[in-house]
Amino acid sequence: MISPPLLAIDDLEVRFRTEEGESTPVRGVTLSVAAGETVALVGESGSGKSVTSLAVMGLLPRPAGRVARGRILFRRRSEQIVDLAAMPSSEMRKLRGSEIAMIFQEPMTSLNPVLSIGEQIAESVRQHMGLGRAGAVKRAVEMLDLVEIPDARRRVDEYPHQMSGGMRQRVMIALAMSCNPSLLIADEPTTALDVTIQAQILALIDRLRREVGMGVLFITHNLGVVAEVADRVTVMYAGQVVESSPVKDLFRSPRHPYTSALLNCLPARAKRGADGRRMVQSIPGTVGNVGEGCAFAPRCAHSIEMCRTSSVALEADGERSARCLRWREILA
Amino acid sequence: MWLTLGRRIGGLLIVMFLVAAMVFFLTRLAPGDPAALMLGDQATAEDIAHLRQVYGLDKPILVQFVLWLKEIATGNLGQSIFLQRPVTQAIAERAEPTFFLALFSVSIAALVGIPAGIVSAVWRGRVVDQIVSGLAMLAANIPSFWLGLIFIQFFAVRLGWFPVAGYGDPGAPFVERIAHLALPATVLGIVNSALIIRFTRASMLDVLSDDYIRTARSKGISEIRVVLRHAFGNALVPIITVVGLTAALLVGGAIVTETVFGLPGIGNLVVSAVLRRDYPVIQGALIVVAGIYVLINLLIDIIYTFVDPRVRY
Repeated sequence: MISPPLLAIDDLEVRFRTEEGESTPVRGVTLSVAAGETVALVGESGSGKSVTSLAVMGLLPRPAGRVARGRILFRRRSEQIVDLAAMPSSEMRKLRGSEIAMIFQEPMTSLNPVLSIGEQIAESVRQHMGLGRAGAVKRAVEMLDLVEIPDARRRVDEYPHQMSGGMRQRVMIALAMSCNPSLLIADEPTTALDVTIQAQILALIDRLRREVGMGVLFITHNLGVVAEVADRVTVMYAGQVVESSPVKDLFRSPRHPYTSALLNCLPARAKRGADGRRMVQSIPGTVGNVGEGCAFAPRCAHSIEMCRTSSVALEADGERSARCLRWREILA
Repeated sequence: MWLTLGRRIGGLLIVMFLVAAMVFFLTRLAPGDPAALMLGDQATAEDIAHLRQVYGLDKPILVQFVLWLKEIATGNLGQSIFLQRPVTQAIAERAEPTFFLALFSVSIAALVGIPAGIVSAVWRGRVVDQIVSGLAMLAANIPSFWLGLIFIQFFAVRLGWFPVAGYGDPGAPFVERIAHLALPATVLGIVNSALIIRFTRASMLDVLSDDYIRTARSKGISEIRVVLRHAFGNALVPIITVVGLTAALLVGGAIVTETVFGLPGIGNLVVSAVLRRDYPVIQGALIVVAGIYVLINLLIDIIYTFVDPRVRY
C-alpha cells in the first residue's frame, strides 16, 4: 500500500475581506507533496501561490483572510492525518516551525535585526525541541554548520546586518531546518539573490531534502529554477490550479494553453528572428475579472464560446491533470 | 564605538557653549537694571553705581561674558543677588522636588503609555484601540493646571488622601516629602503619556507589518512572544526617544504644575528669579537645565546602542 502524501490540498478556497468587499485570491487549489519530493508551485504574481502557502502555514492575515472551502491534509510524524484548515490555532502553532517550516523570499528583511542569528534559531529549537539555552545554542551552531556557514561558532553571535543576502538566506534555511520539519515551504527563496548565489542555495535545499527526506513545496515564478529542482510542477493562474504534472512531461508537452504560453516566454525557447536574435514572447492581455468560465479564456488563442460560459474542472489523467476543455484537441 | 562617544561628547561641549552664550546675552537684553531694582526707589545714583561695581555689571559686556564663562567652567554659577547665597546652592535646594517629580512623572507616563500603545497597535481598529486612542487624544489636550486643580479638589480636599500643596517641612522625613509629589506626578504622568501612547502605537504598527514578524510567527512561538520580543524590540528606538525627551523637558521644571501644587522646584525658582531680575540665578538654572537636557540626549544615544545592534558598529 502506498502511504498517503505528506501534504494534500484539496479544492482550497481562501477569501479575504477588504474594504471594497470580499476577494477570493485562491479558489480551487488541489495539489499534493509526497515525502522526499519537491513540488514546484508556479504562477505569475497575484496568482495565489503565496496565499496558498500562507494558508498551509496557518498564517493568513487575520482577521481579513480565511479558508472558505476545502481541506489541507497533512500527515504528521505520528502518521496521524490532520486537516490544517480546520485546526485550532493553538494546535497549529505546535506544527508550525517544527513539522512544517517555511523560508521566505526576502532574506534581507526576513530576519529580526535586533536579535543575533543564534538567538533566532535557538528560540525555535527551545520552543519545539524542549532544549535548554545551552543546548539550543549548540543546536544553532550545528545548523549553521549544516547550511555551510563558515566559522559557525563565531558567527552564531552575529546580527543579520553583518551578513550578506546569501548568508542570511542560509541562516533562514538553518532556522527552518532546525526542528527537522517533514515539510519545507520555500516561497521564492532565491528570487532576491545573485544568480551564482541562487545556484548554491538551490543545491543546499536539494541536499537537505535528500539527506532528511522531507517534502518541499517550492514556490517560484522562475521556470528555469523549476526545471532544476522540481519532481513535479503545479501551475496556478488567477487563483486556480490549471495544470499539474511531472516536470519532464510538463516541459515536453504542456497541456494547458497557459502553461504552453508560459514556456514560450522562456528566452531559451524563443524563436530566432531574421537577425538571428531570439524574440522573447509575452502573453498578451492581463488577468481580467474572473467569471464563470475558464479564467485564461480571454487571453487564450484557443478559446471558444464554451470556455467563457461553462465552468471548467481540473481533469485528472494518471499522473497529470489539466483544467482545460480543449487540451486533447489542442495537443492533437 | 568609543570614537562615536568621544565625538558626541565634543559636540555636547559645543552645544553647552552656545547655550551659555545665548543665556548670557538674552538675559542682558531684558530691560531693567538689577542694581536699581535691588536697592529700591530710595537708592541714590552713587549706591547703584557702587553695587554695579560689586557685581561687575559696570564692565564691558564681552568682558563680563568671558569672566562668567571662566567661573561656570569651574562650577561656580555665581552669587544670587536676592537670595544671598551661591546659585549652585539655591539650585541644589530646589533640585529634589523637581528631580523626583520628573522621575515619577516619566515613570507613570511610560508605564501607562507603552502598554497602552502596544495594546492599541495589536488590536488596531478594534474597540480597545479606539478607546485608547480617544483617551490619548483627551490626555494630550487637557491643560495640566486644570487637571491639577481637579485632582487637588477631589483627592486632597474632599478625600484627604494626599497633601493639598507644598513640599512639607524641609526637616520632615523623605517619605513624607515624597508623598507631596503623588498628585502632581500623576497629573504630569497622564498628560505626558499621550505622546508616548501615540509614538508606541505608530512604532509598533510600523514594525508589526515587517517581514521578520512573519518569520517569527512561522516559528510557532506564541503571539505574546512575537509582539513583545520581536516587534517591541524593534519598535523601541522611537519610544526611547520620546520617553527621554519627556524626561528632559520635565527636568527643566514643570513650571505650571509646580506653581499649581506650590512645589519649591527649579521651575518655581526660575519664575521668581525672572520676576526679580536675579541674573545669576536665571543664568545658572538655565545652564544646569540645558546641561541635563544634553546629558539625557547623550544617554538616549547610549541606550540606542544597547537596543539596536546596527547602531553599535
